Amino acid sequence: MLEACQIDFAFTAQPPLLKSVSMGVNAGEWVGLSGDSGAGKSTLGQLLAGYYLPHSGRVVVDGEKLPSRGIKPVQWLPQSPELAVNPRWRVSRVLNEAWMPPDALCRAFGIKPDWLNRLPGSLSGGELQRICVLRALAPGVRYLIADEISTMLDPITQVELWQALKAEAQTRRLGVLVISHDTALIKRLCSRHYHLKRGQLEDC
Amino acid sequence: MLRIEQLTLELPYYPRWWQRRFATHLDQLSFSAAAGSLHAVVGASGAGKSLLAHTIMGLLPANARLSGQCFYQETLLDAKRQRHLRGRHMALIPQSLNALDPLVRTQRQVSWAANRSGLAHKAAWQAAGQALNHYQLDDRAGRAYPHELSGGMARRVLTAMAHAGQASLIIADEPTVGLDPVQRDRVLSALRSLAHQGKLVILITHDLRHALPIADHVTIMHQGRSVETAPASAFTGMGETLKSAYAQTLWQALPDNAFSASEIIHKKEESVA
Repeated sequence: MLEACQIDFAFTAQPPLLKSVSMGVNAGEWVGLSGDSGAGKSTLGQLLAGYYLPHSGRVVVDGEKLPSRGIKPVQWLPQSPELAVNPRWRVSRVLNEAWMPPDALCRAFGIKPDWLNRLPGSLSGGELQRICVLRALAPGVRYLIADEISTMLDPITQVELWQALKAEAQTRRLGVLVISHDTALIKRLCSRHYHLKRGQLEDC
Repeated sequence: MLRIEQLTLELPYYPRWWQRRFATHLDQLSFSAAAGSLHAVVGASGAGKSLLAHTIMGLLPANARLSGQCFYQETLLDAKRQRHLRGRHMALIPQSLNALDPLVRTQRQVSWAANRSGLAHKAAWQAAGQALNHYQLDDRAGRAYPHELSGGMARRVLTAMAHAGQASLIIADEPTVGLDPVQRDRVLSALRSLAHQGKLVILITHDLRHALPIADHVTIMHQGRSVETAPASAFTGMGETLKSAYAQTLWQALPDNAFSASEIIHKKEESVA
């Protein structure tokens, strides 16, 4: 279980963003997180993935602390894939930095073999987003934080991406936290749903 | 007011440095839109939506190969006429935020747009201030340079520029990307009110769901072709009234609906590739 226990967080010289937030995502479970912009959805996601350290409280992954090195068991998928890849690395190198995905999985995500030899700049946002999602599925990963990963995609690409991810998450029992302000999407994907408001979580 | 007939656009690419080939980006595209309406152009990325906007405005690179015709107010839109109408009668809200001049304060830039469409300097300055206020940008944002604005604010500045002018055709290329839901609804309703004033607004977007409530007609684009032009009211229920399979799939794929992409489209795409 991926757990946040009584997390407090604020950026320097700003009012507190998260006030003793507690939440949990079980293995194999899909949980939604919604909230207004600026409510701290992404920050909470990044805290869970170890990008920030909470001021108080802690993040617990299957009873342990987040490891400080190596590929983390919690992976954060950002909204803009262009900013998450090195523009000077070919796609194969970007992908293989994390792991060597089997061909069958590449096909399931609709990744064509000729993309691997190209530079990220020559792929569209939707194509790059699939690469980023696949990169985050390295063997040790048990939880994914999907931070608005489909807002920039058209509906059909969006469906394909989620279906591929859903199938893979099911076989590996990945826990997924879907961050989105699209409640219709969250209702489709997730069994339960938090709403972040004024630094606190409400169950929906 | 705007009629596009059999528009085909090819752009060159260079697979080797001695080879030149042409890739088709728009393929026999046709649609027409009347003044006082909001016409949404919806498609996946790479469908050629932005190129359509650039073609209407006459902003294509010189080496583009173009065939087919555009008519604006029943008169052929050629390069000379485009040059004359651009900024005065036709305005483009560009997708890229790089369109702002980085060395000029925002209110000055917006007043340029108003100036171009025929307002005198003082009136243009006031119109610029009003347009900025209309999009919740205060005096501080008006005095700021583009790099001092957030992405959402810069996008609203671009929208304000089209608003400040007197253009009767406004092409909005993805005006809501990067805006939070409240701002997005505000921008969309502002575009809707422009259409109410008798202007033609062409809304280019990939976001079918939020375009539907404000659009009169929707053109669905796929791989450079206009797959279907339908009234926005056709997008209801299971989409039975939609004629093309692609439009139906697009409608079905929305999370409010079936949230599935049927296999027909895949087979089609493979056969095209």
